[in-house]
Amino acid sequence: MQLTVWTYEGPPHVGAMRVATGMKGLHYVLHAPQGDTYADLLFTMIERRKERPPVTYTTFQARDLGADTAEIFKTACREAVERFDPQAIIVGASCTAELIQDDPGGLAKTLDLNVPVIPLELPSYQKKENWGAAETFFQLVRGLAGGRTPEPKPEGAPKSCNILGPTALGFRHRDDVTEITRLLGALGVAVNVVAPMGATPHDLTRLPNADFNVVLYPEIAGTAAQWLKRTYRQPVVETVPMGVNATREFVREVAALTDTDPEPVIAEADERFSWYSRSIDSNYLTGKRVFIFGDATHAIAAARVAEHELGFKVCGLGTYSREFARDVRAAAQQYGVEALITDDHLEVEDAIVAAQPELVLGTQMERHIAKRLRIGCAVISAPVHVQDFPARYSPFMGFEGANVMFDSFVHPLVMGLEEHLLGMFREDFEFNDGAQASHLAALHAGANHETIEIPEARTAPDDKTQDLVANEGMAASFGSLSWTSDAEQELRKIPFFVRGKARRNTELFATEKGVNPITIETLYDAKAHFGR
Amino acid sequence: MNRHVPPHIAAAEARANGEGAAGCTDVAPIKQRGQHEVFCGLTSIIWLHRKVQDAFFLIVGSRTCAHLMQSAAGVMIFAEPRFGTAIIDDRDLSGMADMYEELDKVVDRLIARRPDIRMLVLVGSCPSEVIKLDLGRAAQKLNARMAPHVRVLSYSGSGIETTFTQGEDNFLHALVEATPKAAPDAPRQLLVAGCLADVVEDQFTRIFNGLGIDNVHFLPARAAGEVPPIGANTTVLMAQPYLTETAKLLARRGADVLIAPFPLGEEGTTAWLRAAADAFDVPGDRFDAITGAGRERAAKAVSLYRERLEGKRVFFFPDSQMEPSLARFLSREAGADILEVGTPYLNKGHMAPDLALLPDTVRLAEGQDVDKQIDRCRADDPDLIICGMGLGNPFEAEGRTTKWSIEFAFTPIQGYEQAGDLAELFARPIRRRDLLQVEV
Repeated sequence: MQLTVWTYEGPPHVGAMRVATGMKGLHYVLHAPQGDTYADLLFTMIERRKERPPVTYTTFQARDLGADTAEIFKTACREAVERFDPQAIIVGASCTAELIQDDPGGLAKTLDLNVPVIPLELPSYQKKENWGAAETFFQLVRGLAGGRTPEPKPEGAPKSCNILGPTALGFRHRDDVTEITRLLGALGVAVNVVAPMGATPHDLTRLPNADFNVVLYPEIAGTAAQWLKRTYRQPVVETVPMGVNATREFVREVAALTDTDPEPVIAEADERFSWYSRSIDSNYLTGKRVFIFGDATHAIAAARVAEHELGFKVCGLGTYSREFARDVRAAAQQYGVEALITDDHLEVEDAIVAAQPELVLGTQMERHIAKRLRIGCAVISAPVHVQDFPARYSPFMGFEGANVMFDSFVHPLVMGLEEHLLGMFREDFEFNDGAQASHLAALHAGANHETIEIPEARTAPDDKTQDLVANEGMAASFGSLSWTSDAEQELRKIPFFVRGKARRNTELFATEKGVNPITIETLYDAKAHFGR
Repeated sequence: MNRHVPPHIAAAEARANGEGAAGCTDVAPIKQRGQHEVFCGLTSIIWLHRKVQDAFFLIVGSRTCAHLMQSAAGVMIFAEPRFGTAIIDDRDLSGMADMYEELDKVVDRLIARRPDIRMLVLVGSCPSEVIKLDLGRAAQKLNARMAPHVRVLSYSGSGIETTFTQGEDNFLHALVEATPKAAPDAPRQLLVAGCLADVVEDQFTRIFNGLGIDNVHFLPARAAGEVPPIGANTTVLMAQPYLTETAKLLARRGADVLIAPFPLGEEGTTAWLRAAADAFDVPGDRFDAITGAGRERAAKAVSLYRERLEGKRVFFFPDSQMEPSLARFLSREAGADILEVGTPYLNKGHMAPDLALLPDTVRLAEGQDVDKQIDRCRADDPDLIICGMGLGNPFEAEGRTTKWSIEFAFTPIQGYEQAGDLAELFARPIRRRDLLQVEV
């Protein structure tokens, strides 16, 4: 039993819903009590979908439990097929129905429905949303694309691939697909099927016709792609095209599979990221400490972009995708940090406090944590929020995705000259840390006018949350150190966005040299020792 | 004393005398069995945990329960909420771990983290009910260990037993059960039952005090320990229509439970206040003097929106059990034409006064088969659809105009000063539709 307030992932049947809702012509009959229909609003409200998710919930009640819940399931199943006329259905149980063991798959088979029935076994008390999505997609692919013979290709037809992984309620999936389809087009590759998003059950039967598969979201399509590779010998493009270098590698990998020249596509890319990052005004980005948390694919990609393409310093990297923990650990090792593998957002908050980042790249959960700590933040991964479905074109993948990432990662930071002025004139009554950077109007309002969302029991209701939290974080590592009041005053003259780092470095230095209490001299000795 | 006959009573008397139908009192509701597109009882925790400021609601359930709470809570209210979920996992189910011991551990961690908590509420869910986890027993054991510092209650908010606001009903039932019985000579008191916004409580308190009713309490109170002993000294005025179980228990305790229209709009609020005033023998002129200004303000505020709502054809999907009262307000005070009133559960006793004031042309529907109800709604082609968030955008995409029903549970709408706000909630989508020059 685990105490949970907020969760990164829903139950596995919500993963199945993401697959079903992304597709067309598929219906999901879910054995579930009333209340589980809440999941519909994720799609109609967060993603603003115009149709109800194609899900029928059986809605059994307590008084049915002694009677015949199986009959309720069969009726719901029969009526759903009649009403929605799907090409195929998936059937399964939510957490409560799993306990009553009605076997939806077996029951549906007895109904002689005139459509393929794909039963799902999604263990609700062990697994979570992304696993549920992956398993559902895999079962659909195996069930519908299994036992086919790839159609022979007409003479001179272009090479083709499937794009696998995008679902409903995915982080920027809509625009990633457009961007990657365009990029593949530039390489002369035709897209055979995009799935699950936009595909019908009939389309899934055509998957074996492609020459290879592109997996954009391994959390969702990894299992299915491996099965297609084993069954139909379709190679899988392993690189996820997120960031400039990864996109170039992706282009080269695809080109190698299709025997084309990747360099013209790379040379002609409408890509501004590289130049913006080389531009001198980006100098101030150097060594900015960034903490990254999200699903494994987005977290690993964001870390690579941050460290190697923007010159940040990755000071924390983690994921809630336990299935991909090994990959994240390997990536973290490259940056000299220990990977944080957890689905407890309080643990993530503690890690952020301890890491003293200047920027957080995370999910909506980390956005809230960062807001509370007054650290800039960009969202890079699901779980999503209505803001993660922008009206404008905003992919995270491909060359345009890199451009989007540049803006998203850089804009939350305090900008170059402003940073200097804040450091020089600490006592200006209007222009100081209390007043946020001028271009961050929303953040400014958040810090000063709105109620600051401070966790009630964790942090005292003090305006100087940043310092307080910094102190708390430090208390653990440097318990017995004290600061003279002069030194404490001097520390306050350092702008808030680097004050945590200065405090940490100074205390580390003092501990190493056996200095206690810390004086102004110690502060500057430490500065000289570590550099900026 | 001038005997004023409230409109719902006049209607009922007319029916008894064979002088016509009492509104839709005798309309048989449509009862269909199918998919319910409604929240489960856990969802009422979203307002309860803010209302009772020293309580913590611990759901014992699954990842689905936790995910529901975070999704329904308006996509995350991020001040650390006073609710959480103890997620049952396969170790608990397979018997590898003793669930009661596991729950003890979770509670200890929670109380250590939140020393400000005075009342811990264990909330049962679909999975905990199906595996017959005895939260009553667990609460008893925890009480033995933690009282009086922390009181522990339990109730079920499971979707197999409760819909949305019924969760609050079960919570209040548990709260009353844990409240001592008043002494036989205890002074008379008025208990207003059902969660109200703080500001509305304050307004009603001023009115009751003005009427000379000084001993007024609200259920739930803002702090766990503030519920007074309850017995024959207690007159109960229900502020919410979904308190079936709580009202039964209060009556068993010897309390006098008043039946009146619910306090929505000028007419509803007046009839509701008058029920209390009559029970406490408040003279008619004093009643008029105290409520006069409020009645006038309410009527004026509603009149601002009447033009937009008059003659509009409205369809209610089931949500909070407030639907018949909302429809009565919309019909009587805004002149709207009500097509169908869906409600998850229809308590004909509590609802009688509101039903008596609805035209007998209104279709009532209790429970739900959402697909068939959508068919009826499309066939009706109403001007305004009151529905949940899962249906709103799909209807809008069809070019229809909708209002999220959940807002009626989350907005102060009761009493004179909120009558205009209530009308505005209905009028806003229509105003917006008229205003926008974009097509879908």
